[in-house]
Amino acid sequence: MQFPILSVIVFTPLVTGLLLLLIPADRKNETRVAALAAGLFTFALSVWVYFSYDAAVAGYQFVEKYTWLPALGISYHVGVDGMNTPLVMLTGLVMFTGVLISWGIDDRPREFFVFLFILATGVFGVFVSLDLFMLFFFYEIAVFPMYLLISIWGWKETREYAAMKLTLYLFIGSVVALVGALAMYWVSYQNTGVLTFDMLQMEQAGFSKAFQQTWFLPVFLGFAVLGGIWPFHNWSPDGHVAAPTAVSMFHAGVLMKLGAFAALRVGIMLLPEGAKFYMPFIILLALVNVVYGAFIASIQQDFKYVIGFSSVSHMGLVTMGFATLSHDGMVGAGVQMFSHGAMTALFFAVVGMVYDQAHTRAIPRLGGISKVMIWPTIAFIVGGLVSMGMPGFSGFAAEFPIFMGVWQTHPWIAVVASISIVVTASYIIRIIRSVFFGDLPEEFDGHLHDVRVFDKIALGVLTLVLLVLGAYPAVMVPMVETGVQNIMRLLGGA
Amino acid sequence: MNIPAFESSMYLALVPEITLLVTALLVLLFDALWDEEKRRNLGWLTFGGVVLAMVLAFFIGQPGATPELVWGGMLRHDWLAFTFALIFLFGAAITALLGMDVSELGRRGEFYILLLVSTIGMMLMAASADVVMLFLAIETTSIPLYILAGFFRKDDKSTEAGFKYLLFGAMASSVMLYGFSLVYGFTGTTNLLAAAQGMAAQPLALSLGVLALLLVGFGFKISAFPLHFWAPDVYEGAPTPVAGFLSTASKAAGFAVLMRVFMTLFPVDSHYWTTLIAWISMFSMTVGNLLAINQKNIKRLLAFSSIAHAGYALVGFVAIDQLGINSVVFYLGAYLLTNLAAFGVAGIFWQVAGTDEIAAYAGLSRRKPWLALAMLAAFLSLAGMPPFAGFVAKVVVFLAAMQAGWTFLVIVGVLNSIIGLYYYLKVLNVVYHYRNEETENLPLPISAPQGIALVVLAIGILVVGFLFGPFFNLTSVAAAALF
Repeated sequence: MQFPILSVIVFTPLVTGLLLLLIPADRKNETRVAALAAGLFTFALSVWVYFSYDAAVAGYQFVEKYTWLPALGISYHVGVDGMNTPLVMLTGLVMFTGVLISWGIDDRPREFFVFLFILATGVFGVFVSLDLFMLFFFYEIAVFPMYLLISIWGWKETREYAAMKLTLYLFIGSVVALVGALAMYWVSYQNTGVLTFDMLQMEQAGFSKAFQQTWFLPVFLGFAVLGGIWPFHNWSPDGHVAAPTAVSMFHAGVLMKLGAFAALRVGIMLLPEGAKFYMPFIILLALVNVVYGAFIASIQQDFKYVIGFSSVSHMGLVTMGFATLSHDGMVGAGVQMFSHGAMTALFFAVVGMVYDQAHTRAIPRLGGISKVMIWPTIAFIVGGLVSMGMPGFSGFAAEFPIFMGVWQTHPWIAVVASISIVVTASYIIRIIRSVFFGDLPEEFDGHLHDVRVFDKIALGVLTLVLLVLGAYPAVMVPMVETGVQNIMRLLGGA
Repeated sequence: MNIPAFESSMYLALVPEITLLVTALLVLLFDALWDEEKRRNLGWLTFGGVVLAMVLAFFIGQPGATPELVWGGMLRHDWLAFTFALIFLFGAAITALLGMDVSELGRRGEFYILLLVSTIGMMLMAASADVVMLFLAIETTSIPLYILAGFFRKDDKSTEAGFKYLLFGAMASSVMLYGFSLVYGFTGTTNLLAAAQGMAAQPLALSLGVLALLLVGFGFKISAFPLHFWAPDVYEGAPTPVAGFLSTASKAAGFAVLMRVFMTLFPVDSHYWTTLIAWISMFSMTVGNLLAINQKNIKRLLAFSSIAHAGYALVGFVAIDQLGINSVVFYLGAYLLTNLAAFGVAGIFWQVAGTDEIAAYAGLSRRKPWLALAMLAAFLSLAGMPPFAGFVAKVVVFLAAMQAGWTFLVIVGVLNSIIGLYYYLKVLNVVYHYRNEETENLPLPISAPQGIALVVLAIGILVVGFLFGPFFNLTSVAAAALF
């Protein structure tokens, strides 16, 4: 039997979380070291999975399947393909850097890491699950720790409100999708006579066209709420802003991908006819995301809100890529999920470092940060270039195929969406100018100092990933393509 | 009807009941022999007796593959009764542990005797195959519970709780008894199976009328809308371990009877009464959850939430197929673990802090992180979050209803679970986020039995939440007994 590496990745955070509880509450440094060790271990495993995935063979690899509740056809079934392998590595990356960034948390760090790790287990679980029940199981594990993480360690002004709003939005989305999933379960039983939640078997269930069209919207939108789709994106900027740095990184970097990914896997892959029927409508929603998100971001005065809305805008590109239902668009969306995840984690890490010392995020009050914090400045500029979709950076490798896909299917939407590139460039450049350059305001004189070593490591790792992917997209694109081929097969094309 | 003659093997069906009865007599004996100091050990005695009953039931009291009528047709020895017996016994054991260190309660032999007798009643309720036996069992369960609810004689709220529970309970019982008398009047037999054939011959309006009368009694036991109004006052006033017992074991007993009687007596008209149950379910969930939102007292909040949970369990019942019954039994088991833990935490906190106000829980996670974690597990399980037992339980009841075509009911159910999540999280927010400089550094001692109870419950919640397979198989065998 092969080594169950995916299970180890999924459960390492959870087990570590439980073990952390055994460390006395006042041994804060031991807690942090243990958390870091677990983060590094998980990250290393996820990188290993990424590089051992054989794109030439394609399909699901590292598959493990155990029965969980045979009477109802529930199994523990995990595996990765070209679509989710990058996401598993992304989660490992964000978990590792998130622990590094959270070194300074002094209020109950033990509980903080426990909840953060439960969250990580939920996220890993969703990304690797091939069983619909299991997907919901882990999906909701990923939802509730957010509430406590934000409400306890978040930004004092809005944390309770934002935490509750976020949790309820996500939970509503997930239960609505759950009803759809139960309907799929019974209809697949009627059609095939097999009780199963296994998504690979449900793909073959032969759902009627009418059924798919009825249930596609609740399932897709239910998950897409977490992907920040307009008009259900409202929780997202508030949540990002209120959350502590590591949670914002997790949240924007990974959780929003969770929504998009689940919408793809359950919505599009299991109900392809429904997807075809509704996609002209979904693509419009995504268009609003992309353009409106960019415009709103550009008028924000709060540094963190800018990044929050930019996530809404960039996640719109992911949805748009899916909505093209074309090969190019899907590949772009797949790469964009990874690229945006690393980029936005980087952004939030920088915002957190600036805020920790300046105690303000108001853009007009900031300035000249580059004079004291050179690492965050460089990292932010790299992230900014990714965000603008500059050639040579990972954003280009992601957005170019998306626009190509959109252009092939809906040319005028591509034209309108391209406005967002200009707007994005404008707000990124504005931030770089007014936050990082210019004169350091007098009130900060002497108060600001350089960031910690751990922060530099985290920024360095994230920047490196973005640069490598930008310089050499071939480390990811062929892999994603194999995943997309599988989706295209289900959609009845190629 | 073929009612077998007496055989000595019939005692096997009553092994747990007999064990409990012996335990109760021992408690009575030692209550007189031991002085005040030692009387706390009556709790261990009770706990030991109940655990012994579980073990004996498991090893020698297991029913056979086919259900059989025993004791002159009074009882039906089947897996449904057996599974429910395990649920009640578990609840009683935990309640004994949680009650041991409550002042005015844990050192009183009466508490344990009443608890044991009431548990015997519940087991007989779940096994009754005869309306006379059923009514006797229900009263054997209820009368000790009336006394237990009003156990704190010097506390006005507790007295009020006991009295209120008695009055409403007696009223509901008498209406139900009228229903039983009509069953006998129309069919000439008190045996449920034989009466079912008689009832099938009656006009629809008549059997629905009888059904409505019975529903008053059963609905009261499970505290479903519109017979839910007693629950908040009684739970608030009753000693906390008793409230926990009332909201779990007693509710489960109500469900056991509801399912057995309705499935046996009125199968032909099921189309009509499932609609009725569906409405009751929807109202129970909605009313319970909406009223829970603004509660300031943890026991009242849990009371309204327990009304909502009766509604969720009924969602599974409306499916009235094997999966439906299965899901209800599973739900009740998971809910028993969860709600006992919630009441357990509330009881421990009350004993130290002397208050049930939710606001007083501020700073609990700093004061006693482990207690806060137990509360987290219990409340998130109530909210139906994985990896806790409540999640699987909720999914299976929705699954069952969905299969039977009750999509609308499932939608109402999931919307309600959102409201539920909202107020459970608000409590956890107080526990984890708010601070209380005055109390958060004070010690919060947890005694050994309370600690054991909470650990068992927390592990149970996680085990059922993760490895639900064996439990689900047991409940599915139990459900098969009705078909």
